[in-house]
Amino acid sequence: MTTKMFGAKVARVEDQRFLRGQGRYVDDLLTDDPRLLHSAVLRSPHAHARIVDIDVSDVLDVEGVVAVWTWDDLTGPMAEPLPLLIPHPSLTHGRTQYALAKDEVNYVGEAIAFVVAVDRYVAEDAVARIRVDYEFLKPVVGIAAARAAATAVHDDVPDNVGARMEQENGDARAAIATAPHTLTLDLDVERSACTPMEGRGTVARWDPDTSRLTVWSSTQTSTGVRGCVAAKLGLDLAKVDVVTPDVGGGFGVKINHPWPEELLVPLAAMTLGRPVKFTEDRREHFISSAHERAQQHHVEVGFDDDGRLLGLNVEFWHDHGAYTPYGLIVPIITSTQLLGPYKPANYRVVFESLYTNTVIVTPYRGAGRPQGCFVMERTMDAIAAYLGKDRTEVRATNFIQPDEFPYEHGLVFQDGRELTYDSGDYPASLVKLKELVGWDEFEDFRAEMAAQGRKVGIGLACYVEGTGVGPYEGAHVHVETSGKVKVATGLTTQGQGHQTAFAQIVADTLGVRFEDVEITTGDTRKMPYAVGTFASRAAVMSGSAIHLAALRAKEKALRIAAEALEASEDDLEIADGVVTVRGTDASIDLGTVAVLSNPLRYAFDEASKAATQFSVGDPGKPPVAEDDEPGLEGKDFYSPPRSTFANGMHAVIVETDPDTAEIKILKYAVVHDCGNLINPMIVEGQIHGGVAQGVGGALYERMAYDESGQLLNASFMDFLMPYATEVPTRIDIDHLETPSPLNPLGIKGAGEAGVIPSAAVFAAAIEDAEGFPIMSMPISPSELFDLRLAHADEPHPTEATPGI
Amino acid sequence: MKPAPFAFLRPSTLEEALAALAGEQGAKVLAGGQSLVPLLSMRLAAPSMLIDINALPDLGHVRVAEDGVRVGALARHAEVLASAEAAQAQPLLGMALSHVAHPTIRNRGTTVGSIVHADAAAEMPMVLRLLEGSVDVVSVRGRRTIPAAELFAGPLESTLAHDEIAVEAFFPGLAPGAGVAFQEIARRHGDYALVGVAAHVETDGEAVTRARVGFVSVSDVPVVVDVTAAVQDPGGDPAATALAELDPAEDIHATAAYRTHLVKVLAPRVLAAATDHARSRAGEAIRP
Repeated sequence: MTTKMFGAKVARVEDQRFLRGQGRYVDDLLTDDPRLLHSAVLRSPHAHARIVDIDVSDVLDVEGVVAVWTWDDLTGPMAEPLPLLIPHPSLTHGRTQYALAKDEVNYVGEAIAFVVAVDRYVAEDAVARIRVDYEFLKPVVGIAAARAAATAVHDDVPDNVGARMEQENGDARAAIATAPHTLTLDLDVERSACTPMEGRGTVARWDPDTSRLTVWSSTQTSTGVRGCVAAKLGLDLAKVDVVTPDVGGGFGVKINHPWPEELLVPLAAMTLGRPVKFTEDRREHFISSAHERAQQHHVEVGFDDDGRLLGLNVEFWHDHGAYTPYGLIVPIITSTQLLGPYKPANYRVVFESLYTNTVIVTPYRGAGRPQGCFVMERTMDAIAAYLGKDRTEVRATNFIQPDEFPYEHGLVFQDGRELTYDSGDYPASLVKLKELVGWDEFEDFRAEMAAQGRKVGIGLACYVEGTGVGPYEGAHVHVETSGKVKVATGLTTQGQGHQTAFAQIVADTLGVRFEDVEITTGDTRKMPYAVGTFASRAAVMSGSAIHLAALRAKEKALRIAAEALEASEDDLEIADGVVTVRGTDASIDLGTVAVLSNPLRYAFDEASKAATQFSVGDPGKPPVAEDDEPGLEGKDFYSPPRSTFANGMHAVIVETDPDTAEIKILKYAVVHDCGNLINPMIVEGQIHGGVAQGVGGALYERMAYDESGQLLNASFMDFLMPYATEVPTRIDIDHLETPSPLNPLGIKGAGEAGVIPSAAVFAAAIEDAEGFPIMSMPISPSELFDLRLAHADEPHPTEATPGI
Repeated sequence: MKPAPFAFLRPSTLEEALAALAGEQGAKVLAGGQSLVPLLSMRLAAPSMLIDINALPDLGHVRVAEDGVRVGALARHAEVLASAEAAQAQPLLGMALSHVAHPTIRNRGTTVGSIVHADAAAEMPMVLRLLEGSVDVVSVRGRRTIPAAELFAGPLESTLAHDEIAVEAFFPGLAPGAGVAFQEIARRHGDYALVGVAAHVETDGEAVTRARVGFVSVSDVPVVVDVTAAVQDPGGDPAATALAELDPAEDIHATAAYRTHLVKVLAPRVLAAATDHARSRAGEAIRP
C-alpha cells in the first residue's frame, strides 16, 4: 500500500528548478528569436494634467525604432477605456483608463505612448524623445485631499466619490446609544504594494499563416487575459492562446487585467508581424502597477461590562487611486472581514471609495483584510484597556462558538453571496496561541526586561479569511499508456507549489505514484475554462476539481480493469498505478488499462499494437461503446455554494529601544486553521512569506507620495521591503484543522493568511510596550519617537494600564 | 531602466585611461559601479563615455605599512574588510565597512570609489576625514595628494578635477593610546544610515587629550567635529557641540528632530566606546 500523500510534508519538487535558476519566466521567452522586438512605454511624469499635444516626430528618426503608438493610433475597442472588470451597483462612478491616455492623465506613471524597437535600450531612447504638452491640473493626493474634494480627479465624478456602500445587520447606532460603555477610534493605514520579484511582462507572437495569436503573460489569470485580448483586438476566442509560464510572484497585482501592455504587445505583434516583448522594470512597477491598503476608519463601539460588542458602527474611506478596474472588491472585503471571529450584536458599515491622482488600487495579498483586522483588533484592545481586562478575555467573550456554525452574519460578501462562516474553533485556537507565545507568563518577562532597562510589549490579533471564492475551477486528468498521469487545471501558478500539492491529491485519489503526476497550469490550450489564482482559492478550487476529475478517471479505470480481470469493481484497489483484485495476485497496470480504453487503428508502438481494434473488445459491438469515450481520462469542475472561511491568530513580542525607538521582534507565534492540510510544509512556507510581507507592511513599507503626486520612493533603495535580517528568524506555528464542509477535501485557503494580522498585532505589541495608543500603521522608529514626545507628559504607561 | 547611449573604453594602462579622460569632457570613470550604474540605469546620469578602469594593473592593493593602510582604486570593500592586517593597523576600517551595504555590493564596490563619490550618507568618506587620511589622484598633468579635509566640496562633489583619477586612499594607522568606535542606526540592515557616528579618541593615561567625532547622514558633506573641550569639561555636552556644526534634515525615513535625537544618543555612546578602546589598547601596549 502506498503512503498517503495528502497531509504529508512533501518537499516542493519545483524548487530544484527555481533555486538553480532554471525557472522560465516571460522575459526568458523567445530570446533566441532574431525577429523579436522590444517595447517601452512613455509614462506621465505628472499626476494630473490634460494632454494638449503629443509630438512623436523625433522618434521614428531614432535608428532601431520600428513603431510608436499613441491613443490617436488606436481604433475600435482598443480606443475605448479598459474594462471595468467587476462592476457593482454601488460603484456608481466607476472609471477606467485607456490603454494609452486620451486627453488626460491621472497619475504619475499612466501610459501615454508605446514604442517598439529592436531592443529596450533603443525603445527607452525613443521614449525620451517624445514631446508632450501638458496643461497642469491640481493633483489630489491622499484620502484627506480626496475627501476635501477641493479638486476633482475626474470632472464628472462629484466629490471624488466612486462608490458609497452601506451594510447593516440590526441597528448599530441604536445599540451604541443605549450601551453601558462606548468608545470612538480613528484609525489609519497607509499604502503599500505587492512588489513581486518579477514585474509584469508580456510576449506575443502572431502567426499570419494560421491567423493565430499566442500571448505569454505574467498573470494570475490566463483565461481572463485571453478573453480581454480577443475582445479588444476583435479576434475569435479560438484564435487566441494565452500561456502563463513561471511567474516570479503575484501577490494580487497580476490578477488585475488587462494591463495596457497586455493589449499593446499583441496589437504590435499583429500589426508588425513580428514577436514583441514588454518587460516591466522596477520603477515602472512602482508607478504603473497597483498599490493597496490606504484607508481611514472612524469607529464607534458600544459594549457591556464584559466587553461584549453590543453595537459596532464603522465608517471608512478607501483610497482606490485614479481608476477602478477591479471594482469594489477591496473595500467590500474590508467591510465584511473586519468582523473576524466575532459576533457583534449589531453591525453597521459604510464606506466611500475615493479617487486620488495616484496609482490604481487592486487587491494585494490580504486584499482589504489587514485593514479590517487592524480596525477590529484595535477596537478589541481599546475595550480591554477601557475595562481593565485581559485582551484575550475580551476577545473570547465575543467569539462565535464552535456550535454556532454555519454562522450567518447577515451581510453580503465580496462574491455576492451571504457572509456565512462554514467552520472554525476560535476558543481552541486562542488556547493554543496563548500557550505558544507564553501569554500568561509575559508579565514576568516584562518585569525581568524592565529590570535591565528594556521595554517589551506583547500583542495578539485574530482574523477570519474568506477563501476559495467561486465561481469555479476545472481539471482534466489523463492517464497515458505509459502509466504517467497528465493533469491540467486552468488557474495559474506564481510560486505556490501547485505541482507538488496537486500531485499529492492525484496520487491519493487515483492511486498512482506522486512522481508520475505532471500538473499543467495557466495554459488556455489545455484548459480553456478557468478563473484564476487569487483570494487563496487555488487549493480549494483547483484542488477540489482535480480530486473530482481524478475520481472520474478512477471510476473508468476500475470499470475497464474489472472487465479485463473478470472481477467485480468492488473487489479492486489501485495503488502505485496498479489495479489489483484485493487478496489475489491478479492485477493490471493503469497504463495497460489506458491501452484498453482506446481502441486504435494503427500500431505505432508496443502499447498501440496491443490496442488495435483487432486485438481487444467484442467484434460484435462498436469499438467505443455508445455512452463511452476513448482514453483513460476524467474531467470535472468544482463550483462551491460560497466561500470557505479560514482563520488564525498571531501574537508577537516586541522590544522597543528606549533611546533610539527602534523596534525589534523577539517572538512571533501563529496559530493557523485552514481546514485539512494538503501539505503542511507548503502551508507553513505560505505563513512564513505572509509574516515577512506583513512585517514589511507594519514596520517598513509605505508609498511616499509628495503633494504633487510624485512617488518619492519608487525603488528598492527607498521602498523598504524587509531583508532577511528584518524578518523574525523563527516563527512558531501551530495548526488547528477544522475541515470545511463545503468541499470534498475539507480544505480552506492559506495563501494570504500570514499577512492579514500584521498591522494589528504589531500595533498592539508596540502599544503595550509604550503605553500610548498606536492608531496609525505602518510605524517607523522616527514616528515612534514623535509619539513618545507627544505622550511625554502622560503618567507612566505600564503602571497605568491594568492587566495586559 | 536602461542607460542612454555611451561610448565604452576599457584601457589596459593608466596612461591610456588618463589620456582618454582628459580628452572627453563628458567621460566618467567606472570602478565598482555600485553607485554609478544605478544612476545610469535610471538615466539620472548620461555620460558620453565610460572609462572602465577594472583592467588597469596594480590598483587592487590593500597595503599595510607602519604609518597606516593604503587602499588601491580597485580594492573592493570586501577585500579591505577581509584584511586582518588592515583591521589591526586601523580598526575603524572594519568597524565601518561592515555597515557598508551588503556582501554582494561590497564584493564589487570599491572603497576609493565610494570615497570620491563623496556621499555624506556613506561611511567611508567620513571615515577618511575622521582619520585625517588622504587620497592620491593622478592625471595627465601629474600626481597629487589631497588631504581628506580638502576632498569634499559639496553634496556628492569632490575636489578632484575632471581629468583626475583617484588611485589610492591612505588611512593613517591607529596610534597607541588612541581608540575608535562606530555605530549607526539604519532602517534596514545595510541601508544608508539614518545617522552614523564614529569617534576617534586619543588618551594619555586616564586623560583624553583629543576627541573627534565624524557623522554620516546628518549634513550634506562628511563632517568631523572636534569635541575635545566638551569631553574634557565634566559638564560638557559633546553632542551639542557637534550639533552646532551639523544640519540634520528630514527625508521620507526620518524627521530632522529624530536625527538630532539620534546624534544625541549615539555621540556619547560612541565617544565612550572609543575612549574604552583607547584605554584597552594602552593597557595592551604596556602589558609585558
